[in-house]
Amino acid sequence: MRFGVVVFPGSNCDHDAWYAVSHNLGQQAEYVWHGSEDLGGLDAVILPGGFSYGDYLRGGAIAKFSPVMAAVKRFAASGGLVIGICNGFQILVESGLLPGALITNRGLKFICRPVDVITATVNSPFTCAARPGQVIRAPIAHAEGCYYADERTLDELEAEDRVVFRYADNPNGSLRDIAGILSRERNVMGMMPHPERTSDPLMGSTDGLVVFQSMVTAMAAK
Amino acid sequence: MSTITPEIVKAHQLSTAEYEKILSILGREPTYTELGIFSVMWSEHCSYKSSRLHLKKLPTRSQRVLQGPGENAGVIDIGDGYAIAFKIESHNHPSFIEPFQGAATGVGGILRDIFTMGARPVAAMDSLRFGPLDDPQAGPRNRRILEGVVAGIAQYGNCFGVPTVGGECLFEPSYNGNPLVNAFALGVFKKDEIFLAKARGIGNPVIYAGAKTGKDGIHGASMASAEFTEESQQKRPNVQVGDPFLEKLLLEACLEAMKTGAIVGIQDMGAAGLTCSTCEMGSRGGTGIEIDLKLVPQRETGMTPYEIMLSESQERMLLVAEKGREEEVFRVFRKWGLDAVTIGQVTGDGLMRVKDHGVVVAEIPAGHLADGAPVYDRPHTEPARRAPLEAPAFTVDDPARDLETILVSADVCSKRWIWEQYDYMVGTNTVQGPGGDAAVVRIKETGTSVAMALDGNGRYCALSPREGARLAVAECCRNLSTVGALPVATTNCLNFGNPERPQIMAQLVEAIEGMGEACRFFEVPITGGNVSLYNETLGEAIDPTPVVGVVGLLKTGAPLTIDFKRPGRPVILLGGFGACDERRFGGTQYAKAVLKTVWGLPPLLDMDYEKRVQAAMREIAAQGLAESAHDLSDGGLAVAVAESAFGPAGVGAELDLDSDMRAGFLLFHEGPSRILISTERPDEVAGIARKHGVEAPRVGATIGGRVVIRQRGTVLVEREVALLKKLWAGSLEKALRG
Repeated sequence: MRFGVVVFPGSNCDHDAWYAVSHNLGQQAEYVWHGSEDLGGLDAVILPGGFSYGDYLRGGAIAKFSPVMAAVKRFAASGGLVIGICNGFQILVESGLLPGALITNRGLKFICRPVDVITATVNSPFTCAARPGQVIRAPIAHAEGCYYADERTLDELEAEDRVVFRYADNPNGSLRDIAGILSRERNVMGMMPHPERTSDPLMGSTDGLVVFQSMVTAMAAK
Repeated sequence: MSTITPEIVKAHQLSTAEYEKILSILGREPTYTELGIFSVMWSEHCSYKSSRLHLKKLPTRSQRVLQGPGENAGVIDIGDGYAIAFKIESHNHPSFIEPFQGAATGVGGILRDIFTMGARPVAAMDSLRFGPLDDPQAGPRNRRILEGVVAGIAQYGNCFGVPTVGGECLFEPSYNGNPLVNAFALGVFKKDEIFLAKARGIGNPVIYAGAKTGKDGIHGASMASAEFTEESQQKRPNVQVGDPFLEKLLLEACLEAMKTGAIVGIQDMGAAGLTCSTCEMGSRGGTGIEIDLKLVPQRETGMTPYEIMLSESQERMLLVAEKGREEEVFRVFRKWGLDAVTIGQVTGDGLMRVKDHGVVVAEIPAGHLADGAPVYDRPHTEPARRAPLEAPAFTVDDPARDLETILVSADVCSKRWIWEQYDYMVGTNTVQGPGGDAAVVRIKETGTSVAMALDGNGRYCALSPREGARLAVAECCRNLSTVGALPVATTNCLNFGNPERPQIMAQLVEAIEGMGEACRFFEVPITGGNVSLYNETLGEAIDPTPVVGVVGLLKTGAPLTIDFKRPGRPVILLGGFGACDERRFGGTQYAKAVLKTVWGLPPLLDMDYEKRVQAAMREIAAQGLAESAHDLSDGGLAVAVAESAFGPAGVGAELDLDSDMRAGFLLFHEGPSRILISTERPDEVAGIARKHGVEAPRVGATIGGRVVIRQRGTVLVEREVALLKKLWAGSLEKALRG
């Protein structure tokens, strides 16, 4: 399976995602430049964490105008798997591929901390290899990670089983403890915790690997 | 051309003798721009004129050292064809005036020093000193400075994408008017791909890359070379403003441009900006450099040559490329959206020639400017010292309560509030992050990990700069050994007061000599660093604060951490109970936090014994015999036991100490060369200790949820782990609320 890791100016978890998918999972992975308008036969796209465009204006607010995002939208519309992690999640909501917004943490500060998230649904290509309710330890590292949406949207997300991860102990004030959500078609997922940071035994846990493994499983079943 | 009056010379912080030296170098009166150039290059900050003579006493070589002092960073061979570049640098003065930007640009500066060499930064750390957060007068300001400094470090490091993996943060009243921010960074590269800051090849283009030049930071280096007065807050415009996003782009562009093979030499523009980079590159390359300021990308109109040359705008680089291959370099910078333009060329005349629209505004021999600064053998007497030598009368009546007092004290309490604001994991190499004895970062390209720690103890150094500096090196090496790493090299940051005062100069000289002795003994040569003098406000100097950053190597594997993992494990005190007397107790945290006074001398260090303890520890770690290991430092044995109990497992210990030392000393003395170990295989640990001629008394065993310490059956301390941990964990945040 071929993963593409998008590199925006200011992406800084691009190498980490690439390493997790290629070295820890043993899949093919390549970088995709933000100026690229063609995803050239990739099976899945990772929008990595970092500070694309320095988080100027807002996290993800400028990245959504990158040429590559037009390609990512087309890719998503045709059913391709897209995962946005941290800044990647912010880019997905700014681009309108996912609903809601990510606002400043309740504590107003950047937090870097391993947290436990509960797998809220396994009915997704990002969690199909997980057990229902499986607790995954993965670090958060963000200042704007508080998930926010209006009540109607939140109700809809829950009614459609689109909340994919919830915090066991909410670190940032996210509404309804939401740590990750799916698009309506379930092929686009954004999450604030970093699964790529717990994909290597040396990092203390390999819990995060199940997310990428699920994507491989889902692709194989296609 | 303006005439240089004595007042103008004085305003540039140049002495009459220094000005006369300038006249003799030039053979004429300098232009205003030239005077400005000399003043920054010959500032204490850039020229090391007070310390240079003594810095020569430091060891700088070993088989592993590929690059010693004098370049942007030191470089060490780590085997398998790879090398690491690392350095620590101060940003004290700017951080007092504007804490957020001062600290942020301190981080930015040290990161540039690393990637200028061609290395990708993989770790950062910071050594911080502030005035007490509860100081009756300065408390609110100290809290504001700490919050600003931490936010600045966080913003810069996080956005740039380097993990901030550790550091230290201590408090003393002497830092009320002079906080210290010492930033460390470390990067990795192939050892045959080191780039140096040398301008070579006559006719080669000199390229300016990165951010545009603005009016910020003009005379920052001179500001960092003077004491603070009541007017210092007016120096805010001297503090630079950082943009970590731009620096991230600059990193990627520089590393990519280096791969083209078209770059001959490269240096970042840090202190003294364009001035320093041009004359140093020329001086090191044995060449000259000619530039025209009209070609320098500028952020605002109407900047004078003086301002352009002295600006310390951040995120700028100076490169020398092979003639005819400029376009290869430009293409890379364009890709990353950065300015890169040719502003001049390398010449053969040894001059730094600055033109403004073709008119020469400065023409100075580069070598004289970079290395010709006067070297002063400043008079030094006995080191300044405030504390008495003899101990006051005191008794230790309630050691458990005293332990609590130390655990909540600012120096010892948990610094989680600080380091959780730093992304300490980005890069997925952080095997051990903040909160341990040393940070451990794996190198993905090899099977090796790098361990690193920062140590400095102004309190000890105030009592004896020589012994304090030796202890800092010993402790830093011990921190590394405790995680199983072999210490291999050191970077240093020497923070002192005004060297023109003989008692302060004596502190500097003794600290350098003590550091040199220890670095030689522990075989950790100094590969670079920085000296920060004039840390004084209104005549009050800081405690002498030499900070060392030692790096070490170990085989990549699961980390050895400080916390007890399981109950029922034997606990061994490698190195033994140590020794102490009243005088040597005067520098402890007990004296400071409980008795609220400091006296006497720092703990006594036996370097030979220390070395053997560390060798034993490394062998124990390498054989996987220890389940936990924590070195004893501030607060002594009692604090080490408590901290070992603060892990996720909540496992405490029950110890019975077979020693006839005074109970207070036994629990709280800070004698070095000791490491607390829990192990499933005590006999093998004891065997290794014996082999190295090191004491290793078995002092008890781990238990669930409690800390109990007895001395020959008599209970000294008995507390719930949860209670102690709560006090320790919440103290800093509480103090910051005021």
